[in-house]
Amino acid sequence: MSNRITKITPNNPVFYDNDPQDELITLNLGPTHPATHGVFQNVLQIDGERIVSGVSTIGYIHRAFEKIAEHRPFYQITPLTDRLNYCSSPINNMGWHMTVEKLLDIEIPKRVQYMRVIVMELARIADHIICNGILGVDTGAFSGFLYVMQEREFIYEIFEEICGARLTTNIGRIGGFERDFNAIAFDKIREFLKRYPPVLSEFEELFVRNRIFIERTSGVAAVTPEQALDYSWSGPILRATGVDYDVRVTAPYCSYEEFEFDVPVGTNGDVYDRFMVRNEEMRQSMRIIQQALEKIEKEPKGVFHADVPEFYLPPKEQVYNNMEALIYHFKIVMGEWETPKSEVYHAVEGANGELGFYLIHDGGRTPYRLHFRRPSFINYQMFAPMSRGMLISDAIINMSSLNVIAGELDA
Amino acid sequence: MSKVTLAEAPPGVEGAGFFATSLDKAIGLARANSLWPLPFATSCCGIEFMATMGSTYDLARFGAERPSFSPRQADMLLVMGTIAKKMAPVLRQVYVQMAEPRWVIAVGACASSGGIFDTYSVLQGIDEIIPVDVYVPGCPPRPEAILDGVLKLQEIVKNESLNRRNTPEYKALLEKYGIEANNE
Amino acid sequence: MNKLDNQVIIDRLQAVLGDKVHVLGEPHGLLAIQTESAYILELLAFVKNDELLRLNYLTDITAVHYPLQEKQYAVVYHLHNLFQNIRVRVKVFIGGEQPTIPSATSVWQGANWMERETYDFFGIHFEGHPDLRRILNMDDLDVFPMRKEYPLEDPNRIDKKDFYFGR
Repeated sequence: MSNRITKITPNNPVFYDNDPQDELITLNLGPTHPATHGVFQNVLQIDGERIVSGVSTIGYIHRAFEKIAEHRPFYQITPLTDRLNYCSSPINNMGWHMTVEKLLDIEIPKRVQYMRVIVMELARIADHIICNGILGVDTGAFSGFLYVMQEREFIYEIFEEICGARLTTNIGRIGGFERDFNAIAFDKIREFLKRYPPVLSEFEELFVRNRIFIERTSGVAAVTPEQALDYSWSGPILRATGVDYDVRVTAPYCSYEEFEFDVPVGTNGDVYDRFMVRNEEMRQSMRIIQQALEKIEKEPKGVFHADVPEFYLPPKEQVYNNMEALIYHFKIVMGEWETPKSEVYHAVEGANGELGFYLIHDGGRTPYRLHFRRPSFINYQMFAPMSRGMLISDAIINMSSLNVIAGELDA
Repeated sequence: MSKVTLAEAPPGVEGAGFFATSLDKAIGLARANSLWPLPFATSCCGIEFMATMGSTYDLARFGAERPSFSPRQADMLLVMGTIAKKMAPVLRQVYVQMAEPRWVIAVGACASSGGIFDTYSVLQGIDEIIPVDVYVPGCPPRPEAILDGVLKLQEIVKNESLNRRNTPEYKALLEKYGIEANNE
Repeated sequence: MNKLDNQVIIDRLQAVLGDKVHVLGEPHGLLAIQTESAYILELLAFVKNDELLRLNYLTDITAVHYPLQEKQYAVVYHLHNLFQNIRVRVKVFIGGEQPTIPSATSVWQGANWMERETYDFFGIHFEGHPDLRRILNMDDLDVFPMRKEYPLEDPNRIDKKDFYFGR
């Protein structure tokens, strides 16, 4: 082999030793390209169909979340977290509320924790539906996407019942929820648990033993656990390599330690394994929701927030009619609450991996510094180095299986 | 079988065996009911657009069956999501590449005005760089709202003059944005 | 295997690295230690490979700006022991006209983009980084926007002028 690749560093174009450079073609993929599902730009050096090297450029929807967060009180940061990973906003919302509650040392009633678990697991299912559906589309199977999209619409209906919004939900408040789930919401959650498993099985049957799908995905973009950990991967794609790291299990929050569920892991770390891990996680999520529903039955009814009037916004009708509520409302909205000077790192298992909030608070009205550990951002950096030597079509499938969400990538 | 509804005929002169209307109206009718969308999706609104295209809401009912990802073969540019300043030249380039006639819908608060992101890195509304025909409010708008935006655009398309591209108003508009009119 | 806790980590670090590390405290149970930029690589490589500590997972790198301090910038590393689920926060305070710290890319590949992001926001130079460019902002931006002195809003906006509001 005379064609040795030299100078392999991430993000640096590599060229063959003795090949004249002009025999390679430079292909600009993105930032707006139908195959990339978002605004990512990759400048690829290709030799025929094979990628020799690539450079990723990101930041095309950089919105300066962290700078905004330094100028907003805690309440107003919740809508920002919605727009991080907008496919599973509730997980971000809950993660942020829990971070603040950790800072303020607020004890959350069990019923609220179970309600949060339900919302987060529904969001995880909605996110995995998008990822796996799109992966199907990219391998040429459009119908599977259409089946599961209807179920995702149903999850959005549940969210609407709970909070009024579909996508950017802004669910919950610091200390609990803004209102109790109504009876229709509970009915719809139960109905979802009944109607989704057969759809998921049908969806899975389309792919699991499908020759085309296996050929397109099996062995593609295989990553070893060592590589994955070296690049700080987390979430389903890390578990597909065989590392059973799940924040819900290692550092349980929201009473996850009381639930019985499995953490699916893969063996090869390829696209096929990622698909299977996500599918199985949807099943496990439904198991968790089922248990949470049973647990809620045993808790006192009507509890939907912690009893912390100094931090939890009182209902509007009380603000107008009750002196005390008005004072609390004023203090919270004007940021006149006493808060400790401290630092918190809180992580939740987002749909794409470990979603961390690093909050430094100096006792003021707004955070002194808020940093989001965004799994998409950290997962995506391996894309260009791992594309080396791949076919373009494989790289596209690899990208959709990484499930990089542009909002979370660019913050 | 579902009932097939036909588009309403434009006003004209009707008699035994013939129907006469102006060419403007006939072309406008055809254009309005076969808009080819170019989804320029960057963030959250793009996910709602996915729902709009998907099985429940089905944008295809309104003649927009074929999403075109090439700007050359599209006539309705749907800008969905935050446009950062880094993205602005790309969006402008896409608009310039579109052939006449072309229309733009700004979907969602970010595309219309920058939305909640009043920051150093975000463009405060795409109308700073390209002309916009319809604004759809919402953060993100519901699929129904996006559909409504498309229907509003259809009204505009129906009632526009056939040769909009040659009107002085349109030329002045493009000039304001520093975009060269293409008359092919 | 003995259960690792914060005290064990402190003892181990002080036994090996001596006074190169200082304990900052344990806010909310998360051990925070401080070191100097000269020792950071030694520390990271040690805790990653040490048989006892095994802090093998780099969770995050970021920075904080304290404009009133002499050393204005704190670079913050979050490390994680996945085997026993212990997290450690490492802080390094640096200052000067051009704040500089060695790059952790030789220890973890994943540090690459995290450091680029930190450079992009704070202008902290990571020495030995293979490709230290801006990552999220435009290349021609001439400020480091997360520093406290720079405003959130675009100062060039004209539509917010008082004139438009009758003021």
